[in-house]
Amino acid sequence: MNATAATTAARAVQATKVYGSGDNAVHALAGVDVAFGRGEFTCIMGPSGSGKSTLMHCMAGLDSLTSGQVFVGDLEVSSLDEQGLTNLRRDRMGFIFQAFNLVPTLSAEENIVLPLRLAGRSRDDDWFGRVVDTVGLTERLDHRPSELSGGQQQRVAVARALASQPEMIFADEPTGNLDSSTGTEILTFMRHAVDVFDQTIVMVTHDPYAAAYAHRVVFLSDGMIVDEMRDPDGDRVLDRMKQFGK
Amino acid sequence: MASKDQSPASRLRLSDVVRVGASGPRARKTRTALSALGISIGIAALVGVLGLSESSKSALLDEISALGTNLLTVEAGGGIGAGDGELPETALASAARIPTVTSASAVWNVDADVYQNEYIPEGETGAINVVAADVDLVHTLRGDVADGRFFDETTAPYPTAVVGSVAAERYGIRDLDTPTYVFIGDDYVEVVGILEEFPLAADLDRSVILSQQAASTFFDADDSPSTVFVRVLDGTIDETRDVLPGNTDPENPEEVTVSRPSDALEAQAAADDALTTLFLGLGAVALLVGGIGIANVMVIAVIERRGEIGLRRALGATQAHIRRQFVTEAIILSVLGGIGGVAIGVAATFVYASSQDWRVIIPQEAAFGGLVGAVAIGAIAGLYPAMRAAKLAPTEALRA
Repeated sequence: MNATAATTAARAVQATKVYGSGDNAVHALAGVDVAFGRGEFTCIMGPSGSGKSTLMHCMAGLDSLTSGQVFVGDLEVSSLDEQGLTNLRRDRMGFIFQAFNLVPTLSAEENIVLPLRLAGRSRDDDWFGRVVDTVGLTERLDHRPSELSGGQQQRVAVARALASQPEMIFADEPTGNLDSSTGTEILTFMRHAVDVFDQTIVMVTHDPYAAAYAHRVVFLSDGMIVDEMRDPDGDRVLDRMKQFGK
Repeated sequence: MASKDQSPASRLRLSDVVRVGASGPRARKTRTALSALGISIGIAALVGVLGLSESSKSALLDEISALGTNLLTVEAGGGIGAGDGELPETALASAARIPTVTSASAVWNVDADVYQNEYIPEGETGAINVVAADVDLVHTLRGDVADGRFFDETTAPYPTAVVGSVAAERYGIRDLDTPTYVFIGDDYVEVVGILEEFPLAADLDRSVILSQQAASTFFDADDSPSTVFVRVLDGTIDETRDVLPGNTDPENPEEVTVSRPSDALEAQAAADDALTTLFLGLGAVALLVGGIGIANVMVIAVIERRGEIGLRRALGATQAHIRRQFVTEAIILSVLGGIGGVAIGVAATFVYASSQDWRVIIPQEAAFGGLVGAVAIGAIAGLYPAMRAAKLAPTEALRA
């Protein structure tokens, strides 16, 4: 809820991810140690190819590490099998993607409750109403994704991530496909979810001004954490990013 | 927070599977219709062919049983002997005396031409000939009189004629409300009856028939019958068949040909079977192609929907869920096709059978077998695409 994280929601210890082998080996992650505070909005930044998305995928149980460990709470993610990872994602994670990734054949409402249905959980109507109200979708629950604007689709995706009240939400370039005003709107919702609903969010982005909505920014370069910044603002993040070009 | 052990078991209820599986076909209606069409055509062919062949066979069997399979015909000829090529004059009486024969009739050739009237040029008989018959002919053949009457003992001595169905049509004789005559030899003879078709003795349909008594009195009729028809007791066909030549023509039994006209109709029913098998084979090929079409569409759907699959996996769907979703989708496609196919097959059978005045028979095996087959084909066709879908890694699928 505030700048100082009391507990850790997830952490990585010497996380390494290697693609290919021998001379062709690419170290997407080269021994990353990082922790994400509970109830905090953390942003991972870095130039293209720095390993941001890989780190997020491994933290979220979408991908596996070559070596090292990832913990969510006390659970060691890196030791889980496919079924365990599936359960982890289903029960404890929420996702927001750049390409919205809604199921085109389901209505907005069905998309929002899809994770709950997959988990065989019944939905909490109060919570559902509050989430839908917060993202302003009450009027559009019956619409298919194709009948919604990009901003509305991403709001559905945010609502979907919030609906199951997950331990953590991972957002991969959530504003990458949106114009700046809709992007601002989505980022405001996300910050609101952290401040008001006490959500934990980890976001990957290129955009320094999107990063400004986070409590903390972690900079990644060539598969390593190189810097971090608390209570960032857009210009400072932009200045820091400019140094990667050199 | 719930540990792994306490988390609720993954559940995808049947109703959910069907709903999720149906969402794809529902959203892509044209593609659904087209891919189901292959199965429809296959199933429609199977149901239609089986329905039509059953309906037509039952019509034919009805006809055969109405006409009776216990009719035998006795004719001269066929041997290589020194005989005169004629049955003896006594052939009819001899045949009637056989204990297993229930009724016997004969026809005799008459040496006279028949015309509609005297103004028709000579020789243009239109392939209608004149024969003589005894009074039991219609009874023995189980024929029917369309209008008027056949000869009986009272009318037999007088020169009157009965026309066969084809002959009546040629002469334009539809009924006998006004006195009607045909020109036989040099005289007009009154027509007293019109016959229905004789399916077991089609030659008679093209004949003008005189009573044997009148024919021999007023015209030049053969003394020897050309054909003897006998009805035998059921179950004694073979033994009667064996004794008929010796009884009807003791001098030249080898020159007598005995045949069973209903055999021809039964052969027709059997020939239909061969054709049916061919069409069933074609239907099966159509089904196979339909199944391949569904597999094809499903493979495309899986590639197209990698994003959705990755998303579902990311949100907590297991590999088994994904597999079931796509197999269900394939089954739904193919069952839709199957239902359509059964409907088309039944409709086709109904329309055609009705137009032929056949009883409409839809074999239940065909309808149910068609649907069960559709489910099986869908499941098989969906299996490979579904396994491919389930194996997609969530990150890979999301990148797409």
